[in-house]
Amino acid sequence: MSFLVLVPTKRVPDTDGVIRVAPDGLDVDTSHLSFVINPFDAIAVEEALRIRERRDDVEVVVVGIGAAAYEDELRTALAMGADRAIRVEAPEPLDPWNVSSILAELAVRLEPQLVLMGKQAVDDDSAQAGQFLAARLGWPQATFASRIDDSQHGATVARETDHGIETVSITFPAVITTDLRLNEPRYASLPGILAARKKPIQDITLEELQIEIEPRVELVGLEQVSSSRTGQRLENVSQLLECLRENTDLF
Amino acid sequence: MHVLVLAEHDGTRLRAGTAAALGFGLELAGHDGGTVTCLVLGEHVDGVAQAAAAYGDVLLGDHTVLADPLAERWAEVTAGVVRSEAADILLGASSTFARDVLGRAGGLLGGAMASDVTGFRRDEGRWVWQRPMYAGAVTASVVLCGSPLVVTVRPTAAQAPPHRPQPGSITPVEIDAEGLPGLTTYLGLDSRPSHRPDVTEARVVVSGGRGVKTTDDFERLVGGLADVFDGATGSSRALVDAGLTPNDLQVGQTGKVVAPELYIAVGISGAVQHLAGMKNSRTIVAINSDPHAPIFEVADYGIVGDLYDIVPEMIQQLDAD
Repeated sequence: MSFLVLVPTKRVPDTDGVIRVAPDGLDVDTSHLSFVINPFDAIAVEEALRIRERRDDVEVVVVGIGAAAYEDELRTALAMGADRAIRVEAPEPLDPWNVSSILAELAVRLEPQLVLMGKQAVDDDSAQAGQFLAARLGWPQATFASRIDDSQHGATVARETDHGIETVSITFPAVITTDLRLNEPRYASLPGILAARKKPIQDITLEELQIEIEPRVELVGLEQVSSSRTGQRLENVSQLLECLRENTDLF
Repeated sequence: MHVLVLAEHDGTRLRAGTAAALGFGLELAGHDGGTVTCLVLGEHVDGVAQAAAAYGDVLLGDHTVLADPLAERWAEVTAGVVRSEAADILLGASSTFARDVLGRAGGLLGGAMASDVTGFRRDEGRWVWQRPMYAGAVTASVVLCGSPLVVTVRPTAAQAPPHRPQPGSITPVEIDAEGLPGLTTYLGLDSRPSHRPDVTEARVVVSGGRGVKTTDDFERLVGGLADVFDGATGSSRALVDAGLTPNDLQVGQTGKVVAPELYIAVGISGAVQHLAGMKNSRTIVAINSDPHAPIFEVADYGIVGDLYDIVPEMIQQLDAD
């Protein structure tokens, strides 16, 4: 049996885009935004490809959850080298619990040895879906991975924590979430892009998965955050220290 | 209404974020005349339990299978206590620890979870939680559906409550060691010893960015300026990626969120991802050679110039005082 690596990816606004609240106050205005694979998920795709390069008989399957618009980003993952893609049609936005419901069902059906996904999506910044999934499957988890050394039956993972690098070993099947410094994702090559056009994107509906969306997070408002700082420019260090002496309690 | 706060500690000391979470918990409970209990897990952690008892009642799960903070075990035990205590809200301070352990506990408890909460209000009997999204560009108000609720709160959004005149009770929790999973093995923490406080706990934070060229320069300039204030050092992502600074110094959307009394950004341009981690600091100073650097837009005071000239002068003038 092949070693299947499942890589869930989320379509998010490019991190360089300016985020503005839409007039209805319940969404962001996406009209001027371009979309990418969540950067942490792109790192997960890259790591899956590297695992495939160093062990036998690995299949890398990327998953996208969302509407039909979610195609370019999946093609990008395929162009990087993923073997195939699955797109689950679902309403957006979807909260982490419902994302994990879909992924758990896919995991039961596809029996991956490893689910590799970003530690957080840079749109809602929840950082929950991977842990939810591991909990529901009863699998071990290694979150915020900055290094993965896989062996036959498991992996040793270095994790970025608030207090330094923690190392754990886990048995497969497992969920690993990826941090920034795990790798630098490759760019798709031209042959990769051409090959990706022929690779399959399989559409699956929630009905087929027998999943009903059960909302856990209801968004009731969005507010733009703006800075109210004066941004006073000072000429020299003496002026700066004078301002700090007058306006802070630190001296 | 019962709030359970999961304690984060280093084996001997309660982390400052947990005290802030207890303060936030008391604010929540105060709305409904409820209670707040702190859950302390680990091995040989009597000292931590006593520190937590200064704020109120404590449940203590002390067992060798909990010696290391492994999410699969700690989440299982925590979720069990939430159920047996019929807690309405499971709370923790936002941190990598909480994301790992409470995230998994949230998965065991039905997924009604909000991360990095910065505030709340009551609206017709519902809790409305405020939390940042899109690297802090917007603040979302969310209502969680289901029960219990799992919430992580930014320590910067709450304050440690005063110590109680009489410490709270410490009640042992029975640990079913046989029933806990053993699929993860803890191999260690590589923590660089530092004489400086943690970046999330200091009154003054001095952070360095791309303008700082070497590790020695970082230590001499950023570290040197921090030391004048007995402060902490922080780092932009660029320096961590370049291997100049350790990951636990990173301030930003994917690193730590800080709100000290004074934040000095040295050679940091101010990408939104970095601003997400520091823009709520009380006073912000920016030093950058690029007059158009976005960091100046969130700063109270800025000096345009070469950090290699300005920072030594600051250290010198402050030392002369």
